[in-house]
Amino acid sequence: MLTLIIFIPLLAALGILLGAPARKTALGAAVAQFVLTLLVFLSYDKAKGGFQFLSSYPIAPDWKLNYLVGADGLSVLMLLLTGIVTLAAIWVAPKIEKREPLYYACLLFITAGAAGAFASVDLFFLYAFHELALIPTFLLIGLWGSGERHTAAWKITIYLGMGSFVLLIGLIDLYLAVPEALRTFNLIDLQKLASSGLIPAAAQTRPYIFLLLGFGILISLFPFHSWAPTAYASAPTPAAMLHAGVLKKFGLYGLLRVAIPLLPEGAKHWANLLLILLVGNIIYVGLATIAQKRLDMMLGYSSVMHMGYIFLGLAAMNTIGLSGAALLMFAHGLSIAALFAMAGMLREHRPALELDSFGGLAKHMPALAFAFGLAAFASIGLPGFANFASELTVFFGAYKPAAGLDASHFHLAVVFALWGVVISAVYMLRAYRAIFMGEPGKEAAAWPDPFKALRWPVVILLAALLIAGFAPGKFLSFVQPGFEAVLPK
Amino acid sequence: MTPIPSLSLEIAVLTLGIVMLLIESFSKSDDKRGCVRFAIAFLTALIGFSFFVNPHGGNQFYAVDATAQFFKVLALLTTIVVLVMALEYSSVLAKFIPGVTPGAGLGEFYSLPVFTCAGLMFMASAVDFLLIFVSLELVTISFYILVAYMRRQSASLEAGVKYLILGALSTGFLVYGITWIFGLTGETNLAAIQHALETKQVATTPLLFGLMLLLVGLGFKVAAVPFQLWVPDVYQGAPTPITAFLSVGSKAAGFVVLLRVLQPFLAVPGVGVKVLAVLAVMAALTMLYGNLAALPQDNFKRLLAYSSIGHAGYLLTAVASATAVTDTLGSARLAVGFYLAGYLLMTLLSFLILIVVARHSRGDDILHFNGLAKRSPFLAFGLLTAMLSLAGIPFTAGFIGKFLVFAAAVQAGKFWLVAIGILTVAAGFYYYLRIVAAMYWQEPNCDTPIVIAPLTRFTIGALTFAVFFFGIFPQPILSLLKGPTLLPQTELHTAGR
Repeated sequence: MLTLIIFIPLLAALGILLGAPARKTALGAAVAQFVLTLLVFLSYDKAKGGFQFLSSYPIAPDWKLNYLVGADGLSVLMLLLTGIVTLAAIWVAPKIEKREPLYYACLLFITAGAAGAFASVDLFFLYAFHELALIPTFLLIGLWGSGERHTAAWKITIYLGMGSFVLLIGLIDLYLAVPEALRTFNLIDLQKLASSGLIPAAAQTRPYIFLLLGFGILISLFPFHSWAPTAYASAPTPAAMLHAGVLKKFGLYGLLRVAIPLLPEGAKHWANLLLILLVGNIIYVGLATIAQKRLDMMLGYSSVMHMGYIFLGLAAMNTIGLSGAALLMFAHGLSIAALFAMAGMLREHRPALELDSFGGLAKHMPALAFAFGLAAFASIGLPGFANFASELTVFFGAYKPAAGLDASHFHLAVVFALWGVVISAVYMLRAYRAIFMGEPGKEAAAWPDPFKALRWPVVILLAALLIAGFAPGKFLSFVQPGFEAVLPK
Repeated sequence: MTPIPSLSLEIAVLTLGIVMLLIESFSKSDDKRGCVRFAIAFLTALIGFSFFVNPHGGNQFYAVDATAQFFKVLALLTTIVVLVMALEYSSVLAKFIPGVTPGAGLGEFYSLPVFTCAGLMFMASAVDFLLIFVSLELVTISFYILVAYMRRQSASLEAGVKYLILGALSTGFLVYGITWIFGLTGETNLAAIQHALETKQVATTPLLFGLMLLLVGLGFKVAAVPFQLWVPDVYQGAPTPITAFLSVGSKAAGFVVLLRVLQPFLAVPGVGVKVLAVLAVMAALTMLYGNLAALPQDNFKRLLAYSSIGHAGYLLTAVASATAVTDTLGSARLAVGFYLAGYLLMTLLSFLILIVVARHSRGDDILHFNGLAKRSPFLAFGLLTAMLSLAGIPFTAGFIGKFLVFAAAVQAGKFWLVAIGILTVAAGFYYYLRIVAAMYWQEPNCDTPIVIAPLTRFTIGALTFAVFFFGIFPQPILSLLKGPTLLPQTELHTAGR
């Protein structure tokens, strides 16, 4: 089943390149993928826990390397996010004038890479699948992007390429940290080794810092974040949705899945560094977000800023913090995808998306204004949305971090993070006011409301946000047992 | 099937070369393309035979082990693709050769690569300095002729002269180094040298001096900094198939000799560590120079020349990371072998497509690749594959090679080399993706349709497939490299680490 989730988009992409009708095939693949991820979500046996839906195929017996897919609660949640956002992203794609097949093929490659990374239970493939998205992103931004698209494409590709090699070094170092006879890429086996203390504490600090920096670059951890806002601003809407919504979660997923459970001592050793950097994400990038004059840049910066909260949950290293972080990944993926989708609709009228150039759109596009308001509230973290529940969980987790961590540092970080909520309220509400409030310009009356044609993708995203917001316990119970099992007592 | 003696492979290749020369001398027809097609089929058959070689047929000059067999297959494969390129290139070549009729005088261009191939195959098995030297000369001398083959083009002649002078000089260094080592140990056979070093007291300073001279000679062959100055001009000036041959065949041969020659010395106290340190510095400089100098290039052929220097740097990193640990991932020999195999596939693929595109666009600058994705999606996809693999993107053979190299370096604890490696990989992303950007982002600047000969199309398809196949399923190459090495105890190891 998981193999299908990965290979349906891949095969669809190949089919499109070989001449199948582009949009129909892509949408079909996205629907199929969504249905499958939903099926996985519904049929995952929470009582049994652990990795389910396992299937494997030997690749290189010499290295004990297998193509091994499986999903535990965390992967299930991430796969569902992939399914929802992919469906919305491909649905919302506008009519493409040039090279339509390549466009959809690139989108499908990105989603296949994300799904593969989330479903892999093997370090090698976890890494390799993520890289599948690198070149399609390069082509998407460079060919169909807007504004300074070439600069943005180069920046993201070289940044992420370099980051992934740092990550590779970390993974190799982790692989070599295990005693020689037991070395393996299999995450389940590695977890058993780590739990029985076979990865010595002294050998954990070096791989962890490589992993933190490698994954951190992919997540846009401060100060390695400068690739993200420009890339998201320039990328075509579906690419921005997939990248900010899904792909960026891969780095966090890697920290949750690989770095923290396997190298807990290393994580504790570097916890203070991570705290400093994540406060940089929240405060420094948050202030930079307020200064933005364009909607797409603002959303790009805000997505970087919100990574800080997720890092805070990770850094706490307790079940509450990690579960909150996992739920926040899910919630943030949905809310940022919805915001980028609507920014893409607004782009049809004002290609530069300058905030000052809009005004009073609520009169002509009430539905869009309402939906944007919901997504903005979600992004700020108001109650009722999954973002609220998960941010709250993160703060609780961070206030009482795991043993061996300095609680007073965490208290300070939580205070900064709370200020961050105020910052996000400032920029989100300002943007909302600038775009939707006030007197409409004269020509605005003539604009057709693109939301009417394309409301379903956004509705799906917001509905998922609300469901998760009203029943966060249901979602948290997917990930909690898994984290409890792997965290050191 | 009874095992065939290993030497018969080289004899068959040499016979093929001589027959091709004779046909050139006595045949009335000017068109030798049928002859080349026969040679391609013959060499392909030899690859098949090479898997049935008697594994116990070695002697004191000539080893038959997994490394030798592996590099022979690489040599044969390279020669086959080079001959395919030569067919594709023959129309360009004919313009620069004075001849009574078009197509005359091309026969040697087809037969000399076969001799080079024989030299490369001998070199893969050579375990005695005499045989190493003789086979190296067989390779180099045929290259002297081939590089300067386009007699009416001054760039080709300039390349030939540069290559000749610097090549002769480096050979001098190599022989001088061999003399010193012979003088110290009284042996030319590598196993005997190892025995002598283990049993006799040998002064380390002269030994190091001899080894450094050897490294100079081999550094020239593999294009390592600071012996790389000849590379860009020679690569750009030489006929493109020969450039491809130089950058793959010559490099592979250099590395197999380097691995063999270093083996006896690494265990000597006070020598092994120093040699590895020198190699590490060379590796770092080579990675930096090759990758950084490639950044501003506008000519694709010259860019590939610099990138080939860069790749020599990664290979040297693996050699410099040789350790006593024989872990499946970290072994230097495995890393070098796999890297070279991947490098062969992706480099030959890029050169083959370069030849086709350059012929139709009348130039080999990067801007001649503009909009290739529209003019010929097939070629663009092939070149995209090659560039991704050269840059080291997963699911390509190039990635597994880089993975092994970095694994070897991490295992050896050489993190400063790893750091330089990461920086240069990032630089590589830039200049390889420039080609991708040109092909996919830009509009085509000429509309002539691109016609691809069936054999070329098949070769491009096969190479593209192989890059992905070995990137996803590395096991076949791992199995080939796994067999026993020359001497039972001679996995590369150091005393000091």
